Formats: sequence, C-alpha cells, structure tokens
Amino acid sequence: MIETFFNAAIMAQAWPIILAGLGNTLALSLMVVPLGLAGGMALALLSTLRSPWVRWPLMAWVDFFRAFPPLVLLIFLYAGLPFAGLELGGFACVGIAFFLNTGAYYGEVLRAGIESVAPGQIEAARSTGLTRLQALVWIVLPQAVRAVLPDLLSNTLEVVKLTSLASVVALPELLFQARQAQSLTYNPTPIVAAAAVYFLLLWPLVRLLSRLENRAVASRR
Amino acid sequence: MGGWERFTETFLNAKVMARYWPDIVSGLGTTIELAALIVVSGLAAGLALAVLRSFGIRVVNWGIIFVVDLFRALPPLVIIVLIYFGLPSIDVVPSGFVSTWLSLALVLMAFSEEIFWAGITAIPRGQWEAARSTGLGFTQTLAHVILPQALRITIPPLTNRTIAITKGTALGSVVAVTEILGQASSAVSNSYNPSPLTLGAAAYLVLFIPVVVFGRWVERKFR
Repeated sequence: MIETFFNAAIMAQAWPIILAGLGNTLALSLMVVPLGLAGGMALALLSTLRSPWVRWPLMAWVDFFRAFPPLVLLIFLYAGLPFAGLELGGFACVGIAFFLNTGAYYGEVLRAGIESVAPGQIEAARSTGLTRLQALVWIVLPQAVRAVLPDLLSNTLEVVKLTSLASVVALPELLFQARQAQSLTYNPTPIVAAAAVYFLLLWPLVRLLSRLENRAVASRR
Repeated sequence: MGGWERFTETFLNAKVMARYWPDIVSGLGTTIELAALIVVSGLAAGLALAVLRSFGIRVVNWGIIFVVDLFRALPPLVIIVLIYFGLPSIDVVPSGFVSTWLSLALVLMAFSEEIFWAGITAIPRGQWEAARSTGLGFTQTLAHVILPQALRITIPPLTNRTIAITKGTALGSVVAVTEILGQASSAVSNSYNPSPLTLGAAAYLVLFIPVVVFGRWVERKFR
C-alpha cells in the first residue's frame, strides 16, 4: 500500500514535474480570479440600474452561465470553435470560460452585497453632491464587499479548485503534470502528491471559511 | 454559401443532429441517474456525519472535521482521477461511473455536513435543556426538537451547494462515463462536426436552468 501510493523513490523522481505544475496552477489562479471578479463586478454594477431592459437580460445571462457546467463551456470553446475556423488555444479558452462562468457567480455574490446596503445611504451620499457612480464606488461598494466577504472567499476557493479543469485542455497545471508523471512512472504516487499539494495549499482557507460560515448560519435565524 | 448558412451547417447541422440525438438523450439519462445517486447518498452521508458529530465524542469529531476539510479542499476532478486511475494499482477497479459518483458524493457529504452542523449549532442551548427536562432522551431531542428547526435554516445554502456539485457530473466525461458531455464529445469525433456539442449544451440547459431558477426561488422564500 505504502509502496504503491506513497512511493518515495517515485516521489523524488516526480517532484520537479509536480512543482512546475504547482507554479502554473498558482499563475492560472492569479489570472482567472481577477478576471472573474472583474466580470462579476461589471454584472453587479449593471444590476443597480433599475431598467427592466437591463435587469432581465442580466438575470438570464447569470442563470445561463450558472446552469452551464464549466467543463462543457470549456470543451465547447476548445473543441467546437475550431470547426468555425476559430482556434483559440487552451490558455485563451480557459480564460474566456472562467470569465463567463465564475463572473456569473461573483456577480450574484456582489449583487447580494450591494442590495444589503440600505438605499437611504445612496440618497444621503447623493445629497452631499456625489454623483451616482461616486456614491456606488465610495459608499456602497466598500460596505457591500465587507458584507459578503465570506461568500467571496468561498467562491474564490471554488475557482482555484476549478483550475484543475485546465488539465482537460492540456495546460500543464498541477493535475495535468501529476497525470504525466503517473503515466511515466506507472505509479499513482504523483497523483497522491498533487492531491496533498492542493490540500496543503487550500486547507487554511477552508478552515477560515468554516468558521465564517458557522457564524453566518447562526445569525440567519 | 453565406456566413449564416456556414454557421448553421457547422453548429446546427440537421443531418448530424438527427443521427446523434438518441446518444445525447441516453447521455441525459445517465447524467440524471448519476446526479440523483450523488444527491441522495451525499446528503444522507452529510446528515449522518453531522448527527454523529453532535454526540460530542472528541476523537470522532476530529476525524469528521478532517474528512470534511479534506473533501472541501480537494478539486473534485482530482478526487475522480485519484479513484479511477489510482485504485486499480491495488486491484480495485471502479468504473468511471462509480468513480464519479463516489467522488462527488464525498464532496457533497463534506459540504452538507458543514451546513447541517452549522444549522444544529444555531439552535440555542436552552432548547436542548428544555426538551431534556420534559423527559426526552438525547436522540429524541435531536430528532424531534433540534433537527426539524435546523433543517429549515439549512435549506437555502444546501440547495445552492447541491446544484453546484451536481453540475460536476460533466467531469465524468474525463473518465469515460457516457453522460451528456461524454456522448457529445465522442459524437463530435465520429461525425467531425460540432453539432452534437450544441445538442449536449442544450441538454444541460434544459436540465439545469429549471434547477437554478428553483434555487433562486428557494433562496427568496426562506430568507
């Protein structure tokens, strides 16, 4: 059992490959988290416009991309678009898919945050001479973000975990590298190692979230 | 041929769709079956762990917390790959279907245990004491007084989490499960046309848009 799943010799051999994968996973996360946040922020700000011509298409957009499994979106971009002569490459496809999918989730979280700020605050800010946009950026958003910080963090945890999908389109992130090492060595130790790396990387965030969530559910009653 | 015709010829090719839609429908069946198994077993296991945790046996609780943290921190695809490609090394050979079911059920177990547990701890201590003083036992108090209230608080977060995890069934295509995405992908390589992928995408939307709308409704209703 230890020989199979925790083989030290194989571990020594696979370590550089895994480490390169970890680097790419971190780089990928640093790209897609801000991308999703930017998309979500745009959606949330648009949702403050009261016009039904904005609200309904916006809700349809968000529900569409929340209903669509991210892997299906990714495969559609990666394997479908080339038939239309549009060959984007794995990296761009991951970027677009994450922007659309995680943007919709961040958007919902931020919208809930903005709605939790009392409308009287905007009115008060406007009466001091701030424009609507200034009031949103300086008065509403700081409070909104603080109110939904646990949800934002929880979504970010999911986004970092989701970068493992990039292995399907052959980006050399952690999971992809581990599978390469596994097929080179005929031994599952590299996959166990990759799982251990994910766990060590994300455990602190999981601990923090579980504390914050306990508090949130307790205050819900 | 105009641009629009080229587009429909490529992505909405009637001939290809007519040929492959039975595959997509059979994939839809597999997706629903997989999703139902994951939801039932994942939620049941999560509730069982939360109830076990309420007995307050310290060593047991450390174990539960570790397992929950583990399956919240690991990406579902990593768990699937680990089970599907790892276990055969010790002569346990789970199918892609079983690997995906097991992995996503474990993930749902972990997330739902957290939510159930938060619900149980949200009920004030006084209710425990009051119920016990009427002569109810520990398990009776839990089953008849605490859980009915706790479950109600947990419905909105539980619904959203369950939907998100159920969408993960598409990951099964990576380990050769013939669910929607798997069927669509192999149809694309057989027909050399992406229309089956369009059909597959439509199948996901038909399945999940009502679920997402339902989740939105639940969230509003129980707020």
